[in-house]
Amino acid sequence: MSEAVLRERGPLARIGLMSGPEARAPNLMPYLLAAPLIVFMLAFYAMPVVAMLMRSVSDPTWTVANYAALPDDAVFLKTFLNTFYTSLIVTLVSLLLGYPVAMALVRAPRWAPITLVLIMLPFWTSVLVRSYAWMVLLGRHGLLNEALIAAGMIDRPLRILNTPLATQIAMSHILLPYMILPIANALRQIDPSLLRAASGLGSPPWRTFLQVTLPLSMPGVAAGVLLVFVLALGFYITPAMVGGPREITISMLIAQRVDQLDWAYAATLSAVLLATALAIIGAFYRLPGVGNAFRMNAR
Amino acid sequence: MNGAARGASVSLADLEKKYDRTNAVDGVSLDIRSGEFLTLLGPSGSGKTTTLMMIAGFETPSAGDIAIDGTSVVAMPPYRRNIGMVFQNYALFPHLTVEDNIGFPLKQRGVPKAERTKLVAEALELVQLPGYGGRYPRQLSGGQQQRVALARAIVFKPRLLLMDEPLGALDKQLRENLQLEMRRLHADLGITFIYVTHDQEEALTMSDRIAVMNDGKVAQVGMPEDLYDRPCNRFVAGFIGESNFLPAVVRDLEDDVVVAECEGVMVRALCPTLRPASGSKVTLTTRPERLRFADAWNGNAPQNRMSVTVTEAVFAGERCRYLLRATDGTSIVLKEPSSAAIRRRQVGDQAEIAWSVADTILV
Repeated sequence: MSEAVLRERGPLARIGLMSGPEARAPNLMPYLLAAPLIVFMLAFYAMPVVAMLMRSVSDPTWTVANYAALPDDAVFLKTFLNTFYTSLIVTLVSLLLGYPVAMALVRAPRWAPITLVLIMLPFWTSVLVRSYAWMVLLGRHGLLNEALIAAGMIDRPLRILNTPLATQIAMSHILLPYMILPIANALRQIDPSLLRAASGLGSPPWRTFLQVTLPLSMPGVAAGVLLVFVLALGFYITPAMVGGPREITISMLIAQRVDQLDWAYAATLSAVLLATALAIIGAFYRLPGVGNAFRMNAR
Repeated sequence: MNGAARGASVSLADLEKKYDRTNAVDGVSLDIRSGEFLTLLGPSGSGKTTTLMMIAGFETPSAGDIAIDGTSVVAMPPYRRNIGMVFQNYALFPHLTVEDNIGFPLKQRGVPKAERTKLVAEALELVQLPGYGGRYPRQLSGGQQQRVALARAIVFKPRLLLMDEPLGALDKQLRENLQLEMRRLHADLGITFIYVTHDQEEALTMSDRIAVMNDGKVAQVGMPEDLYDRPCNRFVAGFIGESNFLPAVVRDLEDDVVVAECEGVMVRALCPTLRPASGSKVTLTTRPERLRFADAWNGNAPQNRMSVTVTEAVFAGERCRYLLRATDGTSIVLKEPSSAAIRRRQVGDQAEIAWSVADTILV
């Protein structure tokens, strides 16, 4: 599965999350309006995806052997765990870095336009370009190493590029906007008088943050975590370019097998990746606290 | 809840709040007594809410001082001031149940859970919502939400309660019920209430004293009947209740009564604040419901009299409202309690009206 395809799932997932109760009266107009897109998506998205997934059970003959073999497949297990671990780290880093930025975006409206541009600028740049930029920064003779040597802090260049750390740094950078924007959106919806009320009722600022701001921003946090985690699961270009040769991700493994024309195995992995993403989205819906938060958001 | 807790006294001294170029609050000095129900009344933009926010600590004064029980609180953050506050939009925490909302200030003060539960139950009882503790704010009506906000603001027994147009979003019926309930609560708790509203009727009904605000200044402070009967300037006379304004020229002064020529006749008026010189041009004010047609006084017609022509007559159920024109063309409104026994005037009728000197104020 390509990164472009996965990136398209982001907004879809978001729509799925944010939509309220289904429309009651059967009104055909919305369907007619959506029809061109639906036809397009069926022809160029659903069909290819289904065709690809079919290969996992139909290549060379109808079988579930591809799936049955996975639990004993050491390469698959290691890759799968590594992908999960990387996504987890990237999500955590994005959350820890993104939440304060989202706060700044909402609490300092004077600077918001500039902050927003700074957040969106990398967002508008191609993933490929950004990954190259990280290679320039983190390489053996990259800016970081040169600067550290010049400052006398290290003698020999650090090996950062082509390690899991490089993948985590670059992916966190690329996915950060997906964390910041939903959180900022949730923070913006918090009625400022609630913060005043908390303060007036005897709560110092840090307790107000823990008791009011944080819980009320949970819908945004949940949306951000979900987006970043699910997108990170399917990341290909960045880990392939800056990551280590041993710590490969599922999408890299898929690409390898496609290169080897092992379509059945690639399709099987794709199906597992898709199922994992869907399971995570489903689980987020069911989390009691988060579910409540989502309902509150829809209010 | 025990009603013995004494209310805090609040003293505002030359309080100012500047925003960029404008002065939202421009030199407010006001002493609010312990246990008093004081209302800041004024149109929007008069600085009443800004004043309240400065007392609460959400706004910092540009100049002047705020003292609670004689201690300046200007440098104190809101969470240390121990003041109850009710907001116009209730400001209930949507992620907390009613019980946790009301328990919030207790939790901040380290009150143990068992006692918290007890105090919350008492507070719910006090605002007549027993058994609502487990609900979320969104499951309550506007009136119920405001009661919860009220309970939350008093559960920690503050000695001062601030309210910012708390009934503004409610319909008339509910508003009137809650007004009475707040008066009762004020009497029960014995704490100081500072109430902000733009609704003069609400202010008159509820307050011990009213401070009328205009353009960031206090226009007049007094008991409701003082403000209504003896407004000290044209703004107060016009803002509280309905008023007639009659241009006049001062002819004589007798103690605290001024004799002025008005619409070709001599009219006597009280001048509680001003000492105008003879010959100066002034404005007299009277209330429409304190004017009567001269023949309706049954021979006891008071001193002030004037000939008028009826230009409009409206029957409004409990009263008739007449628009009259004086000889010099000034419009005068007269409201008469309706009765089938009273002859109704027709447009074009000539009549004489009469009213008391005590109901005529020079502003």
